Amino acid sequence: MLDGKPAKSESMPTGLEERVLVATQWQLMWWRFRRHHLAMASVIIVVAFYLAVIAADFLAYANPTAAEAQRSLLPPQPVHLFSNGAFQPYVYALRGRRDPITFKRVYEPDPSRKIRLRFFVHGYNYKFLGIIPTDRHLIGVEGARPEEAIFLIGTDLQGRDLWSRLMHGTRTSLTIGLASVMFSLFLGVVLGGLSGFYSGLIDTLIQRVIEILRSIPTIPLWMGLAAALPREWDVMKVYFAITIIISLVGWTELARVVRGRFLSLREEDFVMAAELVGCSRTRIIFRHMVPAFLSHIIAATTLALPRMIISETSLSFLGLGLRPPAISWGVLLEHAQNIQSVAITPWLLMPTVPVAIVILAFNFLGDGLRDAADPYG
Amino acid sequence: MVAYIIRRLVLAILTIWAITMLSFAIIQLPPGDFVTSYVAQMAASGSIISEQEAENLRIQYGLNQPIYVQYAKWMRMVLQGNFGMSMEWGRPVLEVIGDRLLLTVVISVAAMIFTWIVALPVGIYSAVRQYSIGDYIFTLVGFIGLAIPSFLLALVLMYLGFRLFKTNIGGLFSPEYVEARWSLARTWDLGKHLPLPALILGLSSTAEMIRVMRANLLDELRKPYVVTARAKGLPEIRVILKYPVRVALNPFASTVGYLFPFVVSGSIIVSLVLSLPTVGPLLLKSLIAQDMFLAGTIVLLLGVMTVVGTLISDIVLMWIDPRIRLENQ
Repeated sequence: MLDGKPAKSESMPTGLEERVLVATQWQLMWWRFRRHHLAMASVIIVVAFYLAVIAADFLAYANPTAAEAQRSLLPPQPVHLFSNGAFQPYVYALRGRRDPITFKRVYEPDPSRKIRLRFFVHGYNYKFLGIIPTDRHLIGVEGARPEEAIFLIGTDLQGRDLWSRLMHGTRTSLTIGLASVMFSLFLGVVLGGLSGFYSGLIDTLIQRVIEILRSIPTIPLWMGLAAALPREWDVMKVYFAITIIISLVGWTELARVVRGRFLSLREEDFVMAAELVGCSRTRIIFRHMVPAFLSHIIAATTLALPRMIISETSLSFLGLGLRPPAISWGVLLEHAQNIQSVAITPWLLMPTVPVAIVILAFNFLGDGLRDAADPYG
Repeated sequence: MVAYIIRRLVLAILTIWAITMLSFAIIQLPPGDFVTSYVAQMAASGSIISEQEAENLRIQYGLNQPIYVQYAKWMRMVLQGNFGMSMEWGRPVLEVIGDRLLLTVVISVAAMIFTWIVALPVGIYSAVRQYSIGDYIFTLVGFIGLAIPSFLLALVLMYLGFRLFKTNIGGLFSPEYVEARWSLARTWDLGKHLPLPALILGLSSTAEMIRVMRANLLDELRKPYVVTARAKGLPEIRVILKYPVRVALNPFASTVGYLFPFVVSGSIIVSLVLSLPTVGPLLLKSLIAQDMFLAGTIVLLLGVMTVVGTLISDIVLMWIDPRIRLENQ
């Protein structure tokens, strides 16, 4: 079922009928969601990525900011899994020499020297979850000479290990996406709720603002705003500023969803019934209306997240978003902007892979949630 | 119908006004002004500009006046078709922009046309032949289009173009036409270079439109009037194209309208990757140099262009859907 829309009138065995009749709304949604296989697979991928966010330092094996001019732009090292018939992953050490014609320093694998990869080794110091100091890493080379290091997917211009940088970039990009979507959600729920609950002037005003914001091409707008951030700001300040800039446009979509739900729920019989038995307005909103559209909000938020991630990546890619020393997918891709680097050092394009996977996963997940949000349909 | 168009026009004008405010505000946001960065730039190249000279420059460009005065002055100039001087280039802004804006329009419209001519038939095909091999293939292509932002797609295609064909796929003109004046041959050359950027820029919106068209048409195909038409013995082509496709076109057309800003927006960043001579690279440079009139004009013109594009697509929607056309009569 590639399109993600399971046939609506799937016949159910008679034994199930009763179960369906007495199931809670969330149970129905879960059953509906489970039928969307791609969405189920996406849950696993998304969870895996966020685990990588938590364990970025553990998955990295080299300090992502440690520059080493000698190791500039090294290509990825193929990992050999078996050594002499036993499972013993290793890579070949690199041997540097001068190209006699171009006088450029070139590196090539040296088959006589194997560097063994080990698991759970000691590496650079970091704090797990920001509290527990440790130096354990998933993989690494323990006790190797300084010039023996691994580069699973190569190094960048400054000789920093791309894999380790990718892990840290994942952390930044995925959390900034989450932060932006939360901020957008806040704006969207407040403004969309206002708009949907008090129709009339407020509604018209908010709707016009949304229409105006949506008809402006976002990237030039973001570029303008991001270019205004003072150069001397530190990483955290820029991080929050970018979050806000991205949310400035992102809230509009969520506000539309919230407003639409408010408008349609206002007409529902159960809201009318609640009004008739004399429920207060707050109770009607939070006890009766919010649970009814919460699922839709969750789905819309999930679908908004990949857009936020793309936004941050685009801005940083242009050099206007996060700036070094911050590491994000966009910052990593900034060096892969022109034909020269793409042609000569294609491994710099590696960060496009997680970007594509995460965006796709969130889209499927959002699709599945959207289908499940209305389990009675 | 006239009332509808007027309402749309009023909103468009309101939007354009908001865009002028925004673009002016954006340019005013950075700390310091053009003179500050000009002085720094001159200092870097060895020449010192005295306080007095800097002050004179500020007066000359009107930078010492309150913001709303600067805005009012700017607006008056803009309304007269004068967009001011680019401080970095020392030439009128319009001259610096040249035909870059036109090329931005050309690329964006080409991407939209690509979206229409691909998404429409493919969407119809996928709905009519649901779960066929073709449907799965198009769905897969659609997912790729959805997952990869246009600038990443440009990067990847550039790499592939280099690897497989040893050519640089960037640019909009062959080398001999880059600096040439407009002529039939140059236009033809542009036409030959256009499909690739149009594809890169249009792929994600095409993917989205295929999904929209497919879902809408699937909903319509299940309705009783389709069965009736078929029962009356209409040829299958006519059954599908004449009724359900027309109904399904409505959400399609309205989504196309809001895709336009998205495509224009994407063209900015794709242009940087593919080194297309649009306003994109110019905007980035002017923002970094704080060349305020140039950056402001680009944001403004892009915004106006987008609003006009959306307006046109709204009117098309009205033309397609009689319900809107007749609503106000």
